[in-house]
Parts: sequence; C-alpha cells; structure tokens
Amino acid sequence: MVGNTDQVKLEIRDLTVSYSGQAAISGVNLSIREHEIFGIIGPANAGKTSFLKAINRMDMFDPNMQVEGNILFNGRDLRKWRNVYALRSRIGVVFPLPVGLPMSVYDNVALSPRLRGIKEKAELDVIVERCLTRAALWDEVKDRLHTLGSLLSGGQQQRLTIARALSQEPELLVLDEFSIAVDPVTTMRIEDVLKELKSEMTIILVTNLVQQARRLADRTAFFLDGECVEIAQTEALFTRQTRDSRTRDYVEGRFG
Amino acid sequence: MDNHMFAATELNRKNQRTEKLVRMLFILMASLLILPVLIILGTLIYKGGSIISIDFLFTDPTNGMTEGGIFPALLGTIWLVAVALVISVPLGIAAAIYLSEYAPDNWFTRLINLAIINLAGVPSIVHALFGVGAFVVFFGFGTSILAASLTLAIMTLPVVIVSTRESLQAVPHSFREACWNMGATRWQTIRRVVLPNAISGILTGIILEVSRTAGETAPIMFTGAVFFSPFLPQGIMDQTMALSLHLFVVSTQVPGVPENLPYGVALVLIGMVLIMNSVSIAFRMRLRGKKKW
Repeated sequence: MVGNTDQVKLEIRDLTVSYSGQAAISGVNLSIREHEIFGIIGPANAGKTSFLKAINRMDMFDPNMQVEGNILFNGRDLRKWRNVYALRSRIGVVFPLPVGLPMSVYDNVALSPRLRGIKEKAELDVIVERCLTRAALWDEVKDRLHTLGSLLSGGQQQRLTIARALSQEPELLVLDEFSIAVDPVTTMRIEDVLKELKSEMTIILVTNLVQQARRLADRTAFFLDGECVEIAQTEALFTRQTRDSRTRDYVEGRFG
Repeated sequence: MDNHMFAATELNRKNQRTEKLVRMLFILMASLLILPVLIILGTLIYKGGSIISIDFLFTDPTNGMTEGGIFPALLGTIWLVAVALVISVPLGIAAAIYLSEYAPDNWFTRLINLAIINLAGVPSIVHALFGVGAFVVFFGFGTSILAASLTLAIMTLPVVIVSTRESLQAVPHSFREACWNMGATRWQTIRRVVLPNAISGILTGIILEVSRTAGETAPIMFTGAVFFSPFLPQGIMDQTMALSLHLFVVSTQVPGVPENLPYGVALVLIGMVLIMNSVSIAFRMRLRGKKKW
C-alpha cells in the first residue's frame, strides 16, 4: 500500500445509470482513494463500463443515457463542474477498442497538450517521448512518429491510446480492459508502468482478467448485474475472505 | 458415389440459369446509361467541333451573334459561378457543420431538414421568379451578376449542405468521442479531427455543385443574364452574358445562325462541366488513396 493516503479522490453515492429507462447499474456506493489502483471485476453486462462513462460525464454525448445519484471528484459534485472540459482533461480514459486518431503518432500524443495551449516544439517533443515510453510504444514508433496513428496495429493503437491518456497528465486514469488487444508481454510492461504511475495519479482498472486485478489493484470491487456486490482489499478477495459467495465463485472461475 | 454428391441437381441448374439471366439484365441496364452520354458528346463534337478554336473562345460575337466567338458569355458564366460559390459555400458549410456536429434531435432541427429537402425540390423557374422578386426588385440590386448569383446560390445551397453533411458524417463517431474524452470542446474536435478528414469529400461536393451551377439557365435569365451585351462585366452590379443563355439564344432566337455555332457553344459548356467533374473524380481518387482508417 505504498503511496496510499486516506484522501478520497472519487466518491460515488447511490449511483444509477440507465439507458432509455433500462438500468445498467443501480445504487452503487463506493469511494476511491488518492493514489490507489482500484480494480473492478465482473462479467459482461455487470455495468462496469457504464460506471466509467458516468465518471467522465459521457452521458452528455448520449441523450439516452441518464445518470442519477452523486459523483464527487475531489469532493465536488460532477454536476457542479460548470467547465466539463476541464473535468474531462483531468481524467484520462482508455476504452477496450483502441482509437488511433487519423493523424500522425506524434500529433495523437501532442493533441491534448496542444489543447491545453502548449505550442513549443521542444516541450511537445519531451511530452510525446515520455508518454510513448510509458505506454511501452516508444521503441516501436520512434522512427516513424509521422505515420498515421490509425494505421498502427491494434495492439499498438491501444498503447497509443494509453499514451494519449497519459499526455493529459490526468489526476485520475481510467482503464477499461486495456489489455484486450495487447499481447501478454506488452501487457506485463504496461502493468509495471501502472504500478509506477500510482505515485502520481489515481487509477481505476476495469478488467476481465481477475489475475490482473490481483497483480495490480490495492482494492477491488466485484460488479454483477448492475450492482456492486462487494468491495475489499484485493488479497482478501483471493484468499476466500469474501463476504459474498458469488464473489468467491467468480474469482475462482466457478461462475455460472 | 462421390461424384453424385457434387452433381448439379435440377434445382441447382435452375438457379444457375436464373442467375445468368438476371446478371445479363443488370449489365444491359447499366450499359444503357453510357448511350445518351456517347450520343450527346458524339453529336456535339461531330457538328460543333469544327468551330472550336482559340479565336472562338476569346473573341466577341459579331454580326448579330451569327459570327464571331463567345468570350463575353464564357467570362460571364465564370463570374456568375464564382460569385454564387462565394455566397453558397461558407453558408452551406456552416449550416452543415451545425446540422452534423451540434444539432440536437428536436423539432427545430427537423424543421431545418425539412426546409433543405423542400428547397432542393423547388423548380429552377420558381427560383428565378423568387430571385426577381427578392433580389432584383425588393433589395434593389437590379438585373445584375449579384442578383443572378444570389439566386443560383440559394438554388444550390441544399446540394452543398447535404454533401458536406454526408462528408462530415463519414468521419467515424469514435474519433469525436476520443477527442471529447480528453476535454476538447466541440469546435476543437471539429477543427482538429473532423474537418481535416472530411475536407476532400466537401471539396468534391462543391465542385459537383459548380458544374451544376454553370449549366443553369432559368434562374439567371430574369435576374442578371442578358441576350447580348457590348461590354464585358466590370463588377458584380453589371449585367452579363452567360453560356447557357447564349446557347438558348443562338439556337432559337436569332435567325441565320450557322449550324455549327450552337453545337460549338454547347460543346464548350459541356466541356467546362466535364473538366470540373474530372477534377472532382481526381479528388475522390486521392481521398481513397489516402484512406486514413
């Protein structure tokens, strides 16, 4: 638990997300502490992605998506953030399907700094190299920074997406099954980077790989059918100290 | 026994015969499209090709328009199209960006879309009469390039809007969301991601619009184009000759015109349009060659 403080970064109170009246998650309460890696595991349709979308106010893109309850980021209700762009720029999100923007690899990573108003080439160069290195992509693309990001392989695009999220210098990094398009060796490299990043930011890691949660997360929540069944110290979940038998069944692969 | 498994059954043979027949029918229908183009071009070149020369393009008509060239009409068409573009392109692109990137799905948006569809359906002669009432008389522009070009601009606006909107919509939505998620505003997203990837498609649409505008006759004949003018237009408040109207005049209104003259005028007009279309096709090929996702 090195680096953890008891400062709450994100507090979720009675969160319900629904699409056209159909609830995807309901009544979720949890709090995420500063500088922790918070894992979320659970089968498909458990509401993990809806949870992440609500954090970044992505309900504003989708007229069918309704969010009820409260989300407090740095103690302040998301709905009270009048400048939603500033909010989003502090939260880096990585979704399972990589999106390489149709611009050069360099421009992909320099986009967020440029949006913040950084214009100087030297400064951008430093940011681009640092973020690509952290996302374990630098060695593969350093000689072709000016090829199109959207033409990289799937795994490379995923790491490009991670580099882009890091270029925001986020306070909160949200990863939704980032390893789905990445090979196991690269996955391990990124996992190592995430452990280092913990000292700089708070990380929410949604994953289908329960062992990945075990390797990385300080605490882990188990979502099932739109409910948060259990939140515990990660090690406890894997050592049969679960309060709910469904959690134990899931982590031990005896589900359904 | 094995052979029997793959032998064609009666049903297979029937399906294959139908397949051949249907295929032939479709090829025939598609090929029929080429015929009118070939006949029109062939006739024009055969009957009007002899008159085309540098002199024909760059001298004034003489002797009651039965001799000489078509320079004032050619120049007039370029004026009309250019001024119409200056008006319709910024307006059309701005409207398309609103409709594609900003507009929520509500009654106001539906009203705008309905207006676009209806505007596209208005016959050109009605546009012409509207142009007379609105621009020539009400705004007091008189019969001028400005009034004629405004009429043309309003007529082609729906085409610009629809083609621009399609090009914008062709940029995948996931690119926009990725950008928004980083905290970019709508306009930052449009400027940095959407527009750079839609620009070739937008240009293609505009060039197609140009070729359509160049050929229109009705909207300009009451608003700014004249049968004959001894002067070249000096500005947008002048009247002008135009190729399309000139073709109408030399074909039906003036006696004693040599046969190859109207064919020559038509050939120049269609040549302009074809050149524009080729440019547009070249753009699209470049777009495809540089596919970015």
